[in-house]
Amino acid sequence: MPDRRNDMMVEFPWDDLRRLTGLADYNTRVVLLGSLLLGLVSGAVGSFMVLRKRAMISDVVSHAALPGIVAAFMVLTVLGGDGKSWLALLTGALISGLLGMAAVHAITTHARVKQDAALGVVLSVFFGAGVVLLGFTQRMKSGSSAGLESFIYGKTASMLASDAWLLAGSALAATVICLAFFKEFRLVCFDAEFARAQGWPVRRVDALLTGLVVVVTVIGLQAVGLILMIALLITPAVTARFWTDRLGSMVIIASGLGALACVTGAALSALYPRVPAGSVIVLSCSTLFLIGLLFGRRRGLVPEAWRRIRLAARTERHHVLRAVYEQWEQRGVQGFHAHAGTGSVLVSAGDLAAVRRWSEARLQRVLREAAADGDVELDAWPLVRLTSRGMSHARQLVRNHRLWEWYLIQHAEVDPHHVDRDADEIEHVLGAAMVRELEATLPGRLSGAELPSSPHPLTDTEEAGWRKGPA
Amino acid sequence: MSDWSMIDTWIVLTGMVIAMSCALVGNFLVIRRMSLMGDAISHAVLPGLAVAFLLSGDRHPLPMFAGAVAAGLLTAFLTEWIRTNGRMEADAAMGVIFTTLFAIGLLLIVRAADSVDLDPGCVLYGAIELSPLDTVPVGPWEWPRAFAIGLVVLAINVVVIGLFYKELVLSSFDPEAAAALGFKPRRIYYLLMALVAVTAVASFESVGSILVIAMLIVPGVCGTLLARRLPGVLAASAVVAMLSAIGGHVMAIGIPPIFGFVDTSTSGSMAVAAGILFVGVFLVAPENGVLARWAHQRSLRDRIRCEDVLGALYRWHEEHGEKGPVVRWPELAARIGLGPTQARRIRRLLRRNGLIGYVADDAVHLTGEGKRQAAIVIRDHRLWEVYLHHQVQLPADHVHATSEALEHLTSDGMRRRLERDATGASVDPHGKVIP
Repeated sequence: MPDRRNDMMVEFPWDDLRRLTGLADYNTRVVLLGSLLLGLVSGAVGSFMVLRKRAMISDVVSHAALPGIVAAFMVLTVLGGDGKSWLALLTGALISGLLGMAAVHAITTHARVKQDAALGVVLSVFFGAGVVLLGFTQRMKSGSSAGLESFIYGKTASMLASDAWLLAGSALAATVICLAFFKEFRLVCFDAEFARAQGWPVRRVDALLTGLVVVVTVIGLQAVGLILMIALLITPAVTARFWTDRLGSMVIIASGLGALACVTGAALSALYPRVPAGSVIVLSCSTLFLIGLLFGRRRGLVPEAWRRIRLAARTERHHVLRAVYEQWEQRGVQGFHAHAGTGSVLVSAGDLAAVRRWSEARLQRVLREAAADGDVELDAWPLVRLTSRGMSHARQLVRNHRLWEWYLIQHAEVDPHHVDRDADEIEHVLGAAMVRELEATLPGRLSGAELPSSPHPLTDTEEAGWRKGPA
Repeated sequence: MSDWSMIDTWIVLTGMVIAMSCALVGNFLVIRRMSLMGDAISHAVLPGLAVAFLLSGDRHPLPMFAGAVAAGLLTAFLTEWIRTNGRMEADAAMGVIFTTLFAIGLLLIVRAADSVDLDPGCVLYGAIELSPLDTVPVGPWEWPRAFAIGLVVLAINVVVIGLFYKELVLSSFDPEAAAALGFKPRRIYYLLMALVAVTAVASFESVGSILVIAMLIVPGVCGTLLARRLPGVLAASAVVAMLSAIGGHVMAIGIPPIFGFVDTSTSGSMAVAAGILFVGVFLVAPENGVLARWAHQRSLRDRIRCEDVLGALYRWHEEHGEKGPVVRWPELAARIGLGPTQARRIRRLLRRNGLIGYVADDAVHLTGEGKRQAAIVIRDHRLWEVYLHHQVQLPADHVHATSEALEHLTSDGMRRRLERDATGASVDPHGKVIP
């Protein structure tokens, strides 16, 4: 066991890192540049692909490319040429990838087969055909097929300068197409039906997008390998979705993340022996995905949880402030310590707790937060002093609450005894425009800050007292 | 082919049991539109194998099996989790998860290549060609281990699907109804995923993930094209799976010699054989096949053209009287817009059914039966015109084209309703008599 662990740990290769960061080695520069471009373009194309809900087509394209690669190799070898010509192999991959997509299209349009099933059929059968052809090449007398398997698992380090230039050219072309057809892609990704109704050639835009996916998948095959290539298209795109709601920024972020992951992966793979580049690139993508899933500004789990907590706290604070105001309003000055002149109002914490059966600890926590914002003062605990700022704040809340209650009673014909809970939920989200609209619907045409009376007795305890009638 | 031996028989038998067990569970994946989950799970078991190997230190089958099944279930679970919590599409979630797991597995295997005797290539292609050499004693016989395992997995799949048939069917076709009836669709989902993982892992060593994926999806898709009801679909997919296994091996050893090779990958050939069977089913399946659809459309088109000819002849007789000038077939065909080949087909059809008669010089007339059927077509046409004019209140000069289309689609019940709505009317909006 210990031997194996030693085997897994490799001393950090400082010299290699220096060589890598200094970009001294021409081949390293080529590999890093190629990876950077690959990451950029796959992030951009992947964004459109994911938004068009076609995430798995890249997987099918990469598997379907195998028979093309092997067939191109066989043809070249039989013709006596160099079986490893990258351009020829990729042309084969491109042709069989496109054939695979055409087959998916034919199956789904001519028979009652669902998209996912057609994708699965094409993926497995084309890949099977590739394996059969690979079986031939391994038994061929002339030419060595040893390099072909690098297409299955990926081998970034085997990239040559000519490969990188080809990659750069394809990436540039794909980027230009993405920019030129940005509007069309956006329309089709978000509302294909609308686009069709507006007379846009949706099928041709889809075909163009599929073509881009095929091209990007094929140029990435050698670096990442055909099984993992799909990750380079999907993962940066869905990660970007955690950070933004806008398509333009999504494409930019996805490109950046893809480039970062590819460069990191290629560098790590160059630094350490026996680290497959494809794996490291994909794991870099996955790490970025995990960060996005947790901390993404728009949809990340932690910011969402934080927003939920904040909203809950705000709601609770509103409830307490409203309770303070209504207590004061019900009983007037009597029994309370109204300090004329300071404009502040004192309410007993015990009475407040009874309104919603708050526990003492919970009530204290909420009140302390309110005190920090200057809505209440706790210097006379267990009496709570509502400051003038808190007073106007509370009055506004009570007003929104009652406006909504009256609206429900008059226009939704809800029983007055049932409106309190409904209004509880709405009062926190009423905007200024909505409040004005509510004011206009009420018969009395409330002016400015006038407060409508509560349509129902305020609390259970109040209700009991109210039934007995005022003394 | 001449040197078929016991080994080849065993290879085919092994392929058959594995293909059938994959096909059986694969059907439910296809129905649930999760075909690619099979692909994802069979890739994602790699880290399970690697970790189990690193922990146990040798290729003990049981920990490897447990590790791989756990990884498969983890794929299904994580996919579901990030789909709901990350709010993304199911297949995007699946793509993220299975590539991550596969990358981890690949990294582990390559890093520990000295101590791990796992070849990633073997996971892909399997070694079904070698499986007959590794035998286990079963009673008085010596069976290949892969065949025995395949048989056990097939039995497990048959028993589990038999026991939970009702739940599987309901939750696959209508998960909401299943939940409403208290069937716990999530548990059934994970049960299915566990079956997929067990089947995939048990089949890996011998046939490789490529054949597993093909057999999970292709027979199921063929089944849905061939049969309407689920028992028929299951049976059809099992037959397709068996035929793929036989055809695959025959192709693997039969075709390469033609090109001067000894043989090629049997697993790959079995996948290709499944693909060829799929193309066959895709073309000739009853109802859903391309040919059946094409034939159906053609017969519909022919019927409509025949009815158009009958209607045109009826109108000609109506206009010119029974003893009026004769109408010649080429003119008639041209008026309806038939090309020369179509015109010949339609004329043959009409004459075979005894609807039109032929005098001389291409002059055609309606026979007695022809008149009766033509009257029905014209009656439907004019009834529709009346209906469209009076009930839908279209102007009289707009009803002809719509009626021209509807006259071919009028069933008996619909005709009775039209007659009821048109009571009293004896002429259509153009003043022509309704026969």
